[in-house]
Amino acid sequence: MEHKKRAEITSQPGFLGQALTAAGTAIAAPSLLNQATIAKEASQSNPGEINVKLTVNGEQQTLDLEPRVTLLDALRDRLGLVGSKKGCDHGQCGACTVLIDGERVYSCLTLAVMQEDKAIVTIEGLANGDTLHPVQAAFIDNDGFQCGYCTPGQICASVALLDEVKRGCASVVTPDLASPPQLAELSEAEIKERLSGNLCRCSAYNGIVAAVQQVTGQKPPSPAAVMVNEPQEMLR
Amino acid sequence: MNNFTYARATSVKDAVERATNDQNAILIAGGTNLVDRLKVFLDEPSQLIDISRLEMKRIERTSEGGLSLGALVTNTAVADHPDVRRDYPILSRAILSGASQQIRNMATVGGNLLQRTRCPYYYDTAFPCNKRQPGSGCPAATGINRMHAILGASDQCVAVQPSDMCVPLAALDAVVVVEGPKGKRQIPLTDFHRLPGNTPQRDTNLEPGELITSVVLPPVPFAKSGVYLKLRDRTSYAFALVSVAAAVDLAGEQIQNVRLAMGGVAHKPWRSKEAEKFLIGKSANTATFQQAAEIALLEAKPLTHNSFKVDLAKRAIRRALTVSAKGGGVV
Ligand SMILES: Cc1cc2nc3c(=O)[nH]c(=O)nc-3n(C[C@H](O)[C@H](O)[C@H](O)COP(=O)(O)OP(=O)(O)OC[C@H]3O[C@@H](n4cnc5c(N)ncnc54)[C@H](O)[C@@H]3O)c2cc1C
Ligand code: SF4
Ligand code: FES
Ligand code: FES
Repeated sequence: MEHKKRAEITSQPGFLGQALTAAGTAIAAPSLLNQATIAKEASQSNPGEINVKLTVNGEQQTLDLEPRVTLLDALRDRLGLVGSKKGCDHGQCGACTVLIDGERVYSCLTLAVMQEDKAIVTIEGLANGDTLHPVQAAFIDNDGFQCGYCTPGQICASVALLDEVKRGCASVVTPDLASPPQLAELSEAEIKERLSGNLCRCSAYNGIVAAVQQVTGQKPPSPAAVMVNEPQEMLR
Repeated sequence: MNNFTYARATSVKDAVERATNDQNAILIAGGTNLVDRLKVFLDEPSQLIDISRLEMKRIERTSEGGLSLGALVTNTAVADHPDVRRDYPILSRAILSGASQQIRNMATVGGNLLQRTRCPYYYDTAFPCNKRQPGSGCPAATGINRMHAILGASDQCVAVQPSDMCVPLAALDAVVVVEGPKGKRQIPLTDFHRLPGNTPQRDTNLEPGELITSVVLPPVPFAKSGVYLKLRDRTSYAFALVSVAAAVDLAGEQIQNVRLAMGGVAHKPWRSKEAEKFLIGKSANTATFQQAAEIALLEAKPLTHNSFKVDLAKRAIRRALTVSAKGGGVV
């Protein structure tokens, strides 16, 4: 039940409350942003804004947005879902990774208006109530983060990775395209290549790889062992 | 980003009409290149025409036995399609070597063909650039040009076309199907992109108002042994310094047929027909492959910082041909 407690800590009520209070809105958590607040904003819409309906973490949201607003900015600045991070804002770091219709994408490289009628899932939508998603739990168990800035994107990417492997998707290091690896035999080389779209400046990579190994049902090696024995297959 | 109006195209015809009526409108598909460009004001459209919901999302067999890839099929969907994996693994591998899963999930066939160069001077609007503003100059010609072209460049522009997918498409004789105000036409992929010459602002031979509807692959049975070798500064998630798509068709030791194209070396995916001509009928061995590589790079004109690419390309060609002659797979 350690996971439960940590989940509460990482949901950052303090930080978020502060940000929203500063904006003159007394709301404590992102999921509480209610339709009334949004509707009010809509009635004051500026020229150039259009009405956009987004489904985020299972909830319908209606926003008035200029078409140039990226999905990332809409999530963070308009819906208060600040879990997705803005790192590079140019598709180079992965911190903004979210799932759209089950597929991982960079929310900084797509416009919110283009994502109507799609099911968007952010890091905030992965846990089931107080129960963490197995990937979230595995990141905690294996120390898959240090500063945590890249972590939401890393976790979303890992969640998608598992699904891709189940569907039989290949990667560039897959030896035989006709028989891509199953979860239980997913090699470290595969995990690293498949997560290469997410950069972690703290280099928590070994913990991240171990976390993915844990959720694939493999036995993650101790972090020290990973650091000493860089797998031979990467040195091909 | 400048502010623009947004329209969701309802049909190919609708998209063509909108693009023809408003010359400052830009089409958007996956957005992975365009949104990036909009953010740094490389493009300032009056209108964005969203084509992402149009029906061009299918991969179908052609009557000739090839494959037709809809312009809106994602890069991931092409790479993972069972027929592509089986018949054109060279294409699967090239796509999988590009960008990251997140980008490939959004990037489309049409958008990949039309992505613009990653020349850092082009991206940085503090610099002049003939591609961005014709006549303003090319700082890359005398500046840091490590990533730039060694073949087919002009003194106006030394940029390279960055796509991985286009390299096997050039090798496979793929055809780009486009539709515009004057109707439909087909352009061989090797004629689709242009050399910079005096008009570096034009990347391709697409006319105003035209959009790509599909890319057609003819049947190339020996593409099954094709390989894609991509060399870059880090092993993943980086553009190619040099890449090679090669496919060898052997009868015993003798080369019956061969395809060879390079990426990262020119303003377009670079098919080397001269090297192919040389190879046909020769026996498959290192010496022959080395000679082919010399022929393919005969016209190379390296810049101050990229002469290493010439040797790198030759070695890559030799290796790609060798691996393909042994049946293909991971290089
Ligand atoms: C960090 C990063 C790394 C990358 N690494 C690689 C790499 O290693 N290898 C590689 O090959 N690519 C790489 N890419 C590029 C990526 O593959 C392209 O951005 C993508 O393929 C573009 O497709 P899109 O559908 O998103 O295009 P968009 O961004 O939607 O459009 C690109 C251009 O094409 C036009 N367009 C799109 N579709 C059509 C159509 N059907 N008809 C006419 N015009 C159209 C648009 O108007 C626009 O000008 C990388 C990108 C990023 C951001
Ligand atoms: S190489 Fe081409 S794109 Fe780069 S600065 Fe010169 S003109 Fe511009
Ligand atoms: S913020 Fe989107 S990839 Fe870096
Ligand atoms: S944990 Fe700090 S960037 Fe990844």
